[in-house]
Amino acid sequence: MICNVCQNNEATVHLTQMLEGEIKKIDMCESCAQKQGVDEPGMPLIDLLVGLGPSSSETSEEDETTPSTKRLVCQVCGNSLADFKKTGRLGCSHCYEVFANQMDPMLRSMHKGIKHTGKAPKHFKDDRATRDQLEKLEKKLQKAITEERYEDAAVLRDSIKQLSEQATPADEPSAHP
Amino acid sequence: MNLHEFLTPIQDICRRPGPFDRIVLTSRVRLARNLKDTPFPGRATKQQRDEHLQIIKPVVESLTSMKKGFSQELNDLADLDRQLLVERHLISRELAKKKQGAAFVLSKDETCSIMINEEDHLRMQVILPGLQVKEAWKAVDKIDTQLENKLPIAFSGRYGFLTACPTNTGTGMRVSAMLHLPGLVIAEHMQQTITAVNKLGLAVRGLYGEGTEALGNVFQISNQMTLGETEFDIIERLNKVVVQIIENEENARAKLLESNPEMVFNNIGRAYGILTNAHVISSKEAKNLLSLLRLGLDLGYFPEMDPEVVDELFIVTEPAHIQHRECKKMSPEERDIMRATQLRERLEGMQRPSMQVIAAKNDDRPDTGESDSSEDTQTDAEDGSGQET
Repeated sequence: MICNVCQNNEATVHLTQMLEGEIKKIDMCESCAQKQGVDEPGMPLIDLLVGLGPSSSETSEEDETTPSTKRLVCQVCGNSLADFKKTGRLGCSHCYEVFANQMDPMLRSMHKGIKHTGKAPKHFKDDRATRDQLEKLEKKLQKAITEERYEDAAVLRDSIKQLSEQATPADEPSAHP
Repeated sequence: MNLHEFLTPIQDICRRPGPFDRIVLTSRVRLARNLKDTPFPGRATKQQRDEHLQIIKPVVESLTSMKKGFSQELNDLADLDRQLLVERHLISRELAKKKQGAAFVLSKDETCSIMINEEDHLRMQVILPGLQVKEAWKAVDKIDTQLENKLPIAFSGRYGFLTACPTNTGTGMRVSAMLHLPGLVIAEHMQQTITAVNKLGLAVRGLYGEGTEALGNVFQISNQMTLGETEFDIIERLNKVVVQIIENEENARAKLLESNPEMVFNNIGRAYGILTNAHVISSKEAKNLLSLLRLGLDLGYFPEMDPEVVDELFIVTEPAHIQHRECKKMSPEERDIMRATQLRERLEGMQRPSMQVIAAKNDDRPDTGESDSSEDTQTDAEDGSGQET
């Protein structure tokens, strides 16, 4: 878990506070916690949280420089960037692409990493395997051609054709066809 | 069949054994899943939620694990029954608040519960008695694999399973174990334990999950992070931590008995006294005292007593369970009276704790430093803090 404030060091101080009936959490490294005066009793967490989370410094700068991000709205569910920042919730699977710029820093502050390494649906794994296989064959084909092994190339070309017909064509690596 | 005809009696559920169930009450794994390219429940219109329900519910009901199961829409569920299911940990507090389009499906043995249109389109959980996080994962993984063949699940190669709240993104998995830790609480080691567990990326919460109090010395330990690690790694880590906490709890109990047996006996004896004689008792007080009774049972001070009774009382003295038994809505004051009545009835004939047996054993040991009578006045003062009369 990375410090929410500097986004750099390992977070070792974990604060939880009730604010307006909601539980707010923040994770900080030792030095940031000291700078923020965490030790002082009654320090309001809100001051810290205001500049963090979905509306972190990184993204708010972006908002100012590129006015288009402000008007960012998901076509599938109608969730806007403002909604997302307010609720902290995505509106649909497509939002993950629409708010891609906001997602990475946010996820990094919450999780161990920002790349999924766990279970994947079988059809997804199969697609991934097919794509890998296709890539390999393409390379072999190019090699065969440059080496003028045309008989091999013909065989390879046929297997590529066969494989790509099997694969579900529209399924892109980023999962949203 | 209605809900109450379907539900297994609490005493039968409490009778199911599990590994380390002296300390680990239950293990749970839940997965969050969504349909792709359509609004999540929080963003969906009533009509869309209904449409999603029509897609998901038949598929869930047709699962092999759900054979002879039970399913109901929240629209058709009375307020009291909602609360009853929350008290049994079969649905979440969040689902209990929902109406249009929300539903749940329970397996025959109630170990598996699938919620539809909670925060995500699908929330599926498996709860098993004792420390069985790995077994619970296997069971819920199997269900998930069956579902992914029949439903268009939102998944991205980069972020994994896509969920409404980014804190669930990735595996969408929350693993938790419910631990009964009176030893660590009495020894005042709980804060230390929480800090250590937090450092390992695990959260410590109360009986009903996020934002709830640790009543009855029951704590829930769960993973906080869901992205960047495999399910296996998360489960392994949590399992290891729980095994360590079990050891710490056992050590804390042994140490308390060695250093201050009178204080332990006093706590358990008072709990017995109040629970068997009270005429008005709050849910909170009941839980905290039942926890001490459970500790007494673990330590062998109630040899005649059926050990499941305490676990059963933990649940049946909850507000909705009391009202359901009495078949009427009751005010908190009425419930406090009924709770006390129920406790007296259920614990009637329960023998007084035989703690002297253990104390005598202590006396037998060669190093009897039993000249503590002078300190009695001091301990009296300390003990006063825990009791309200």
